[in-house]
Amino acid sequence: MSIKQKILNGLDIAGLPAFKPIVLLLSGENPPEQINSILKFIVVPIIAFGVFLVMWWAVASNIETKYGNVPTPKEVAKEAGSLIDAHNESRQKAKDFYIKQGEKAKSYEEKAAGFTQQALAAATPEEKTKLEKRAAKMEKMATKTKNRKYAETPTYFDQIVTSLKTVFAGFLIASAIAIPLGIFCGLSNVFMAAMNPLIQVFKPVSPLAWLPIVMIIVGALYTTDPREAWFEKSFISSAITVALCSLWPTLVNTALGVASVDKDHINVARVLKLGTFTRIFKIMLPSSLPYMFAGLRISLSVGWMVLIAAEMLAQNPGLGKFVWDMFQNGSSQTLAQIMVAVFTIGSIGFLLDRIMIILQKLVSFDSVVSA
Amino acid sequence: MSEFIDLVNLVKIYKTPKGDAVIVDGFNLKMNQGEFVSIIGHSGCGKTTVLSMTAGLLEKSGGNVVVDKKEVAGPGPDRAVVFQAPNLLPWMSTLNNVMLGVNQVYPHASKKERHQICEYFLNIVGLGDSMHKMPNELSGGMQQRVGIARALALKPKMLLLDEPFGKLDSLTRMDLQDILIKILDKNQMTTMMVTHDVDEAIYLSDRIVMMTNGPAAKVGEILEIPFEKPRTRSEILEDPRYYELRGRLLSFLEEQDHKKKEFKPKAKIEKPADEPDDNSEIKKSA
Ligand SMILES: Nc1ncnc2c1ncn2[C@@H]1O[C@H](COP(=O)(O)OP(=O)(O)OP(=O)(O)O)[C@@H](O)[C@H]1O
Ligand SMILES: [Mg+2]
Repeated sequence: MSIKQKILNGLDIAGLPAFKPIVLLLSGENPPEQINSILKFIVVPIIAFGVFLVMWWAVASNIETKYGNVPTPKEVAKEAGSLIDAHNESRQKAKDFYIKQGEKAKSYEEKAAGFTQQALAAATPEEKTKLEKRAAKMEKMATKTKNRKYAETPTYFDQIVTSLKTVFAGFLIASAIAIPLGIFCGLSNVFMAAMNPLIQVFKPVSPLAWLPIVMIIVGALYTTDPREAWFEKSFISSAITVALCSLWPTLVNTALGVASVDKDHINVARVLKLGTFTRIFKIMLPSSLPYMFAGLRISLSVGWMVLIAAEMLAQNPGLGKFVWDMFQNGSSQTLAQIMVAVFTIGSIGFLLDRIMIILQKLVSFDSVVSA
Repeated sequence: MSEFIDLVNLVKIYKTPKGDAVIVDGFNLKMNQGEFVSIIGHSGCGKTTVLSMTAGLLEKSGGNVVVDKKEVAGPGPDRAVVFQAPNLLPWMSTLNNVMLGVNQVYPHASKKERHQICEYFLNIVGLGDSMHKMPNELSGGMQQRVGIARALALKPKMLLLDEPFGKLDSLTRMDLQDILIKILDKNQMTTMMVTHDVDEAIYLSDRIVMMTNGPAAKVGEILEIPFEKPRTRSEILEDPRYYELRGRLLSFLEEQDHKKKEFKPKAKIEKPADEPDDNSEIKKSA
């Protein structure tokens, strides 16, 4: 397959068919038609976004709040820039700190080495032990200095990373619960009937209701010493809340996928007298993968929405907390900073969805020509 | 040679809201080992029903299926089915589609031996170099050939074919008929094939079973095909008996048509469209 064809396929899989005309235009294939599609599907959306910005601009300067005017797009962009600067500055400070600590540690080590040398050349045994003790002390100081951590306040990007980690943890927990349960539901009517009331009742519950319960229970059960714990309590309660809210789409879709395996494929399994294990892993699961991934995709986007709310409510680190903190600060930058956060949350949500679309396309054996 | 396959008084009754629908009523057929029997009949008369009951995919309302002196219940790899649609598993390569069955039938063979078996049968149907392709990369005819290889690799006592070439264009169909006849010349296999195609039936069969129209269909007439095996298409076409046989088949079908017209109210004759032209209903209920 030619490179061009590969790029075109890639765009299809990534769900970005709008960019295909650019590739085709570059390869000189029917230019007028390509330009027409580019106008329709790339230029028009760009113009629409431009119109949105202009309208925002016009409206923003007319709304007076207690923190000053609603920020214009330009001010929001500037704020984004200053958040990046603040991040870089903080990293630089940390770096400087560690360099300094390194130097300090080195000087301690040198001193320790000096004492050890002297100890070797010491005249009396008493002198020797004294010097050795001193060397050991310096040694200790050196390691202590080396291990000292810079007390950094999390920057905007640290918050993003925390949120991403939390949402993936929650998503993993949700998948680990929902996929097996979904498979059992799809395989057995009785199991499905047993699960159905639970699913129906818990599915519509808002994260705001789960969160306090989860926090209390996690607080009661997760009693590991915080200094030794692998995860922070807040991380666990956020992740579990995300999982509780996002597992339903995966569960329902997996069950549907397993239950609606093509009857012809079931007949193949019957003629071959496949065992239960082979039947599930070679027929049921592969055939329900597209459904399952459609469910996972919804789950992840639900999880991302839930996470921001949970972080805000629980003051758990992450983007939600950032928004809440800015709101509480109430400075002239508050609105601009929150808007930066809104765009960040939206863009990350969009990216996560894209990734899931790609995965979904890769596992659906019908739509994609495997090459 | 005593009969190898014995279909005794097969009955299929569907419970419908309007009462019992007797589709097949007392279908009897004995087949010798290695014999090729075609079943021909009007659309909707119950050919797929008989074949599915023989395969065990469809529950019988009455009667017995005896294979090699043993009564069988339920489906099994001893009666391999080639469906009208290839029904390959689209998430597995050609090789693995065949392997799925081979693993079942040769559980004690080594991995290498099983691989060789698959390779052998894929070569037989002329797909040796498409082993690692996915089904959606193959044409309809190639997919159907994989379906045939999958069935043959089971070393079944009986091969059941339900309009295996029905969905293919006539050139591909002739190709596959030639492939099938070559395979069966080499390894004799007791075969039952449902078809609509009179010429296909004559070319491939030792006997052709003509089914009466439903409801309550059964064996109408049985036609012996006297041509020596191995056959070639051109030889058969030149044989004067060919046209006589063809005439017998067509006149039987026409006769059934007349009966149907007498039997059914006039309005129904004008729209045969309300008859299912595929066997999806059967498969769904199976
Ligand atoms: N689940 C069902 N309930 C009631 N009637 C059914 C059911 N399934 C099939 N039938 C009827 O049984 C009859 C025989 O169907 P069958 O598929 O065996 O016909 P066929 O001879 O294979 O036809 P074709 O040549 O079109 O494939 C049809 O008239 C069909 O309407
Ligand atoms: Mg049929």
